[in-house]
Order: sequence, then structure tokens, then C-alpha cells
Amino acid sequence: MAAVTAHERIAALPALVNGDAAVVRRGRFLTTAFLLGIDEVEYLITVSEGRIASLERGPFLMRPWTFALRASAETWQRFWEATPAPGYHDLFAMKKRGAARVEGDLVPLMTHLRYVQDVITAPRRAALLHG
Amino acid sequence: MADLEPIIGRYLRLPLGGRPHRVYFEEAGQGIPLVCLHTAGSDGRQFRHLMLDEAITRHYRVIAFDMPWHGKSLPPAGWQDEEYRLTTERYVDLIMAFCRAFDLISAATQARADDRPVVMGCSIGGKIVLQLALEHPEAFRALIGLESAAYQPPWYDDTSWLHRPDIHGGEIAGAMMSGLIAPQSPSQTRWETLWGYMQGGPGVFKGDLHFYRVDGDFRDRVGRIDTSRCPLYLLTGEYDFSCTPDDTRATAEKIAGAKLTIMREIGHFPMSEHPEQFRKYLLPVLDEIRGATR
Repeated sequence: MAAVTAHERIAALPALVNGDAAVVRRGRFLTTAFLLGIDEVEYLITVSEGRIASLERGPFLMRPWTFALRASAETWQRFWEATPAPGYHDLFAMKKRGAARVEGDLVPLMTHLRYVQDVITAPRRAALLHG
Repeated sequence: MADLEPIIGRYLRLPLGGRPHRVYFEEAGQGIPLVCLHTAGSDGRQFRHLMLDEAITRHYRVIAFDMPWHGKSLPPAGWQDEEYRLTTERYVDLIMAFCRAFDLISAATQARADDRPVVMGCSIGGKIVLQLALEHPEAFRALIGLESAAYQPPWYDDTSWLHRPDIHGGEIAGAMMSGLIAPQSPSQTRWETLWGYMQGGPGVFKGDLHFYRVDGDFRDRVGRIDTSRCPLYLLTGEYDFSCTPDDTRATAEKIAGAKLTIMREIGHFPMSEHPEQFRKYLLPVLDEIRGATR
């Protein structure tokens, strides 16, 4: 079986989040759009009251976003492993090592940090279930 | 019959900095006093698993207090107009005053080496044991620093994230600390650890970090620690990216005789995030301390 790529993992993200009532409820006060960058490819994730309204693959022309989380495909793959290695287990751990970048308006990110963590680790929880 | 745990909690009246304080503590077990210092922004409940571990309480009297402003220890009267800030000096004073109040430290106990307490602290508690090792080596039988370093590079610039009216202090503290827990730690103890953070008073976590990040750069002094006067153990979890294994290693390399252990599948909160894994590393240390002066 071919390995699941980072791009395939993120494609599954809306269904994973929207299918998890606890995560959607946790994000019910958040409506925004943020970027998740995998290598040079940008994904615009639009959140509407905790649900993922859309996941769009760039490139984008003049599309607004509040904050951006960027890392290499290899880093995201390791972040999404069922049991990630030290330094790959948390966004800020990767950021501290220089393996991830956090950009833009950080207030909505920090206000809803647990929700955003739940969203970006959804592929990890799927890996735990399906390998 | 009521299903009671052997942990007993009481309040100690203690003057600190010339002001009356009421310090909550819990204890269990008997033998060598093991005074436990909780992490920044949390409280002594982090040590509840140790207090229920008979392999420990058979030989050690485990005592954990809530620092003033934390857990069940109220801030001193007048707190409402102050900005809480922990400093090295205040922290050392608190630990020494607490130990003296119980006669754990006195001229008499220093003469009887076997009665001296062991202090074990985590994070800010791990950092302050380095200062205790410098200032008061004769007062303690041994010192244990968990997630301890003379210096750790910060992972964010501005601790104001932890105390501002538009971001919920409990939510942000819990979310930020969640990343410092190892992925292998069991769900129940992971979330109990985070609950401790979610319950902190406004500005208290930030005030503790003043010591951790601003007043707690000990790189200029740890080389003077003399482990022949007091043994020093440093244990750090491999998933801790706040105080990393490399941070602790750099500190241990400056201190002749310091004993370093890197703990697998553990993050920043060994005693509370994964007590079963932590005891594998702690029990040999406690056995060695107990045997060392027999």
C-alpha cells in the first residue's frame, strides 16, 4: 500500500473535524480563514462557527487570511504520525526548532488555540485509527 | 466504610516577606522528608500519585505545598492591587521558611544528617533546586531537579498571552501546556495535568514565569555547585521542548558530580502526566539517596 502523502492527509481534514462534535462545539465562537502551508502549497481553511466550511488548495490571488501555519511536507507527515517523535509532537515544538512558521494575526490563534490544535492534529487521530 | 486515601491536607500559617500567609500542603508517608515543588501556574496536586505510591511512602514522607497564589493557598491580603511576580529570592525564602516551620531544617537536623529533607521540584521547582544547591547545600540530604536547567531559551517572546482580558487565561494556559506533554501519556493524567493549569488565578502563571525566564538565568553560577556537599539529580523528559534534554545536559555538564537522566516517553510534567512511567526513573534515585548515607 502506497504511503499516504501530506496532501492526502489534509484533504481528509474537513470530514474529520466536522465529524467530531466535541471539536466543532469547542470552535463554535470561531469564524475565520487560516492558511496551512505544506512546502510551497497553501491550503486555505475556512472555519464557520467551528465547522470547516471549506478547504481550498492554492495558489491564491488576494485572498485574506488571519494566520498561517507553514512547514515542509516531511515535517507535517511526522507531525501526523500516530505517535510523533519528540520535537514533532506539537506545533510550537516545531516552531521553536525552526521546522514550522507561525505568521499573521496571532490573537485569534491564541484565543482558540485548543480548537486549532484539534483541527491540525485531526489527521494524527485518523492515523491512530487507520494507520 | 469511606474509601479514604492516605493523603492528609492542612494549612500552615507562615509569615513571608513580612506578611501573613496561609499555605496549604498535603502529605503522606513516613521517613525521610521529600518536599515537592510544583510547576509554574499549577499546584501541589501534581504530586498526588507519588503520595499514593507505597514504594515511595514506605521510606519517604512526601510533602507538597501550594505556593501562595496557587491551589488552595490564597494570595496575601492586598493582592488585588499587585502584580504577582516570583523571584529567586522569594522562592528560596518560601522553601526555607516552609522547611523550618516543620523543623525539617534546624541546627539539630543539620547535625543529624539522616533527618535532612530531600527537595524535588519540577520546572520552576527544578530550577530553584539549583539555587538551593548553591545557597544551602548543608540543609538538604539531596536535591532532585525535574525539567531543570540553568537556562532554557524561550519558545515565545511575550508572556502577556497568558494574562490579557481578551484571551481566557485558563484556556490558553491549558492549550499551551498540552504540547509539553508526551503523546504516550495516558488521557486521564494528561487532562488532569492540564486542568491544574486551567484553574490558575489571573496572572499567576505569568508571574511565575518571571522567575523562570527573567530572574532565573543561572548560567553564571551553576558551575559553583558542589555536589560533594549535597547530591544533585537532574531528570528531564524527552518530549519537553520548554526545558529540553539538551538544556538540562548543558547544565549537568557544568556541575561536577550532577547525575543526569533523560526520561523516555515523558514531557514537562513527569509526576502528573505519566506517574507510572516516571516512577521507573524516580525509584532508583530515591533508593540511592536512601542508601547513600546509611
